[in-house]
Amino acid sequence: MRKIDTKEIADKIYEMALKAGVSLTSDCKAALNKAAENEADGAAKFALDTLIENCRIAESDGLPVCQDTGMAVVLLDIGQDVFLCGAPLTEAVNGAVRAAYKDGYFRKSVCDPITRENTGDNTPAVIHTHICAGEQIKITFLPKGFGSENMSAMYMLKPAQGVDGIINAIVETVKKAGSRPCPPVYVGVGIGGSFDTCAYLAKKALTREIGSHSEREDIAEIEKIALEKINALGIGCQGFHGNTTALGVSCEWAHTHIAGLPVAVNIQCHCVRCQKAVL
Amino acid sequence: MIKLNLPIDKDEIKKLHAGDSVLISGTIYTARDCAHKRLKELIERGENLPFDMRGAFIYYAGPCPAKPGYASGSCGPTTSARMDAYAPLLLDNGLGGMIGKGEMSADVTEALMRNTGVYFAAIGGAGATYGKAITESELIAFPELLSEAVRRLEVVDFPAVVATDCYGKSIY
Repeated sequence: MRKIDTKEIADKIYEMALKAGVSLTSDCKAALNKAAENEADGAAKFALDTLIENCRIAESDGLPVCQDTGMAVVLLDIGQDVFLCGAPLTEAVNGAVRAAYKDGYFRKSVCDPITRENTGDNTPAVIHTHICAGEQIKITFLPKGFGSENMSAMYMLKPAQGVDGIINAIVETVKKAGSRPCPPVYVGVGIGGSFDTCAYLAKKALTREIGSHSEREDIAEIEKIALEKINALGIGCQGFHGNTTALGVSCEWAHTHIAGLPVAVNIQCHCVRCQKAVL
Repeated sequence: MIKLNLPIDKDEIKKLHAGDSVLISGTIYTARDCAHKRLKELIERGENLPFDMRGAFIYYAGPCPAKPGYASGSCGPTTSARMDAYAPLLLDNGLGGMIGKGEMSADVTEALMRNTGVYFAAIGGAGATYGKAITESELIAFPELLSEAVRRLEVVDFPAVVATDCYGKSIY
């Protein structure tokens, strides 16, 4: 049994949130550089060069890479041998998000869905907790912008539609989104589970490194084919036509019901700002 | 690269073509979802608008708060398609054009042609670049909307591309 005060979790999340807002992940930066190298002169190349320079400015000035500093998505994998003490976990996480978004001069983008009244401090955060083995806590912090979130989709396919149906759902979602989600996008896909777990898996897929592959060969193949088909669409950076429409496709899976084949496609813009830590 | 100083008149708008890369300087006004809803209501009630719409340019954006020493926080464009429902009404009421990101509807294209307007696409995600290009930011209406309030911005060399020109041609 290991005792961890939730303040320790909050302090770590505060630090991760501040860093996430002003910097892209190294794999995202590498993918953008590669996309720029792979583009001839024109509007798409101009846009990619602007994004690479923007990343440099954000880091040097400590300014948010993108003004949409997102909803704060927090994934917590908590070892079952951990005993949490101190303030309730949800309160601790929200406190960290509140403080980081204030101190980082980040935008407060969370509101009531009906009245549209802004909560003023970017809380509540979206918190997913999972209990796992061990006595560590794995924290993943993902600021999620909504230009791309809005272009995400959920499909309840028929089992007969199979792998082709899954690939088609992924590609059609990106095609339909067109220029709107700030391509080149990163595509997170959930395959299987129930309606709710499928959407969660799609989000979790976005926390994987760009260019990583599923451990399952058949699913890695889906990732590969879907990425090729998406880049063949020619939407390009910002929809200005070009060779890179997606930086990567990551799929996570779970067992599902004999009658169904849920597929969730969660779109992430080119600002991948995921931070990870272990306590 | 074409350098523009907004607002520009209809003769200058006619010289712009979809796909042209531009650097925008001058005066623009921020407005996004909630502010557009309010502007529409003001127009429908025949009330005064927070700024003179004639020839003005709206930037679909909601900035981060400004850090000390900066005129504005990060301020890149938001998805323009969410303003599809409002843009034709504003263009018909004198708006010169818009800056945002992503494609807009056929109704918006028609309104741009009807009114000799232009729609620029800024580079989505380049928030820090645009924030630093803002030299002045004044909150002029709806302060309760926080980042969604209407602000008058003075900007220098905003990178953008002509997305839809007054002839109805689009880059998308």
